[in-house]
Amino acid sequence: MDIKVLVPTGALGITYCKKALNNGLKEKPDIIVVDGGSTDSGPAYLGKGKSKYSRSSTKSEWRTLMVAREKLKIPLLIGSAGTCGTDKSVDWFFKITKELAKELNQNVKITLLKCSQSKKDVNKAFLRENLYPLSNAPKISSKKILNCTNIVGLAGVEQITEAINTKADIIICGRSTDASLIASLPIMNGVDKAVAWHAGKIGECGAFCTTNPKSGVILISFKKNCFFIKPVSNNTKVTPYTVSAHMVYENSDPFTLIEPGGRLDVKKAIYKKQKDGSVYVTGANWVQDYNYKIKLEGTHVVGYQSISMVLIRDESYVKNINKWSKQIKNKVKEIIENSLSWKKRSYEIQFRFIGKNATLGSLERKKLEPTEIGVLVIVTAKKQYECEEISKILNPLLLHHSIYKNKELPTFSFPLSPPSFKIGKKYEFCLNHVMSLQNPMDIFKLEKYSI
Amino acid sequence: MRLKELVKKIRSKNAGPFLLTIDIFCSDKKNFETIIQNITKIAISKLYKTPKNQINIFPMKQLNIIKITIPRPNIQGSSKDRDLHGASFGIILEELKIKNALINK
Repeated sequence: MDIKVLVPTGALGITYCKKALNNGLKEKPDIIVVDGGSTDSGPAYLGKGKSKYSRSSTKSEWRTLMVAREKLKIPLLIGSAGTCGTDKSVDWFFKITKELAKELNQNVKITLLKCSQSKKDVNKAFLRENLYPLSNAPKISSKKILNCTNIVGLAGVEQITEAINTKADIIICGRSTDASLIASLPIMNGVDKAVAWHAGKIGECGAFCTTNPKSGVILISFKKNCFFIKPVSNNTKVTPYTVSAHMVYENSDPFTLIEPGGRLDVKKAIYKKQKDGSVYVTGANWVQDYNYKIKLEGTHVVGYQSISMVLIRDESYVKNINKWSKQIKNKVKEIIENSLSWKKRSYEIQFRFIGKNATLGSLERKKLEPTEIGVLVIVTAKKQYECEEISKILNPLLLHHSIYKNKELPTFSFPLSPPSFKIGKKYEFCLNHVMSLQNPMDIFKLEKYSI
Repeated sequence: MRLKELVKKIRSKNAGPFLLTIDIFCSDKKNFETIIQNITKIAISKLYKTPKNQINIFPMKQLNIIKITIPRPNIQGSSKDRDLHGASFGIILEELKIKNALINK
């Protein structure tokens, strides 16, 4: 047995080296696997069910992979399609794929793995006490669950195996764990689960486990009890260090990886350099869960936002920025209470001082006096028009507010016109829970098409 | 000397939307042994204003890496969050002054 998985890039949409891809294709892989998403770019994508990457760059990168697949007649698999992996983003990706099939004159069988969850069903699971919080999970309630804009379940090896088993040429998966995309085909072919999952984690970001992350492409070869990572681009090397250090990447625990159906333990893993330049890996352990569980991700709308930006270059105001902003906040509060008669404080105004401590806030330890400060004012309220009203009340104060009594009014610098901007809905992540399932396919759906 | 000048690299990242993870890449075994003495739960708790019992420190001897995982000060992308990708939290450690006595050990 020798199963080869080609990973062209850590994420479709961030480009990869085409020469390296061609080198990889020469090794005759059994499958091309690429990740299309993550939560790492924030809650707005899942909130809206939209992709982070441009449609044109996604299409152009997917075209090259579809051409490669047609040449080699091997399956092409994408996970977490359209960044967030909702049904809507899978359909968006499917549409791109259909356009390309037509343009490239390809006849292809396509399977979609749908991962969006019904809020009602998730709430039922919550009421049956079948949702379990993960580390640092926010508190949930029926109201919160039913107010989610989108909930997805993260598919693992079991669901992706079902999708691959449909014998499709192209498999478009909704939200999936990164490692399961790589691990599925090897496990289907008898590779030890620990080995396959371990390779899944190491290879999830493509060439991030090499000396040259930008090259994108890597090839993973599996035998029953070990795998080999091979760089396929020129001037790129893999070493036991670059490979094993990837276990640390964006992982809360460098020795343990929690995945659907179990956990991977790499404490006793062995990494060895081979003569052909690849790295040999073995020795991880897979602990199967007694109860099969799937992780859920969900977002809800907490309000609406508008922002304003003003630049403060006057030394005395830079020095007294806290006093200035506090006075403005109080004035705005007064105006709102008097003129709008909003009884409850249902809005929030945040001042962020760019150049002073906007990045770290109260954790900032440097106390240097900046030359200038960019003041980013973030207004959050229950309705968009309320944000706009508040921003307009703020504007003359941001422009002219004086901290001195008997001086001419100052004027501050606005870099843009209009001076305030509508952000729209403010989404937040509200689920970090697992749901236990009788059958792994209970909450996932497959759709098959021939184009 | 600041920690930044003593190690190869410090990187901070989200580990999902609810946790933050900071990796300190030490230059060699000796460097790792020195740095690890400074990375205590008390020190991290003070720097990141996080309760000690919510801090996990993983010394990875074979790789000369120290991993620190804490709850995100604010959930990723929530209205109080300032750093969507958790990119700059490592700077707090980079700029930490390390006592000379410890470096020369």
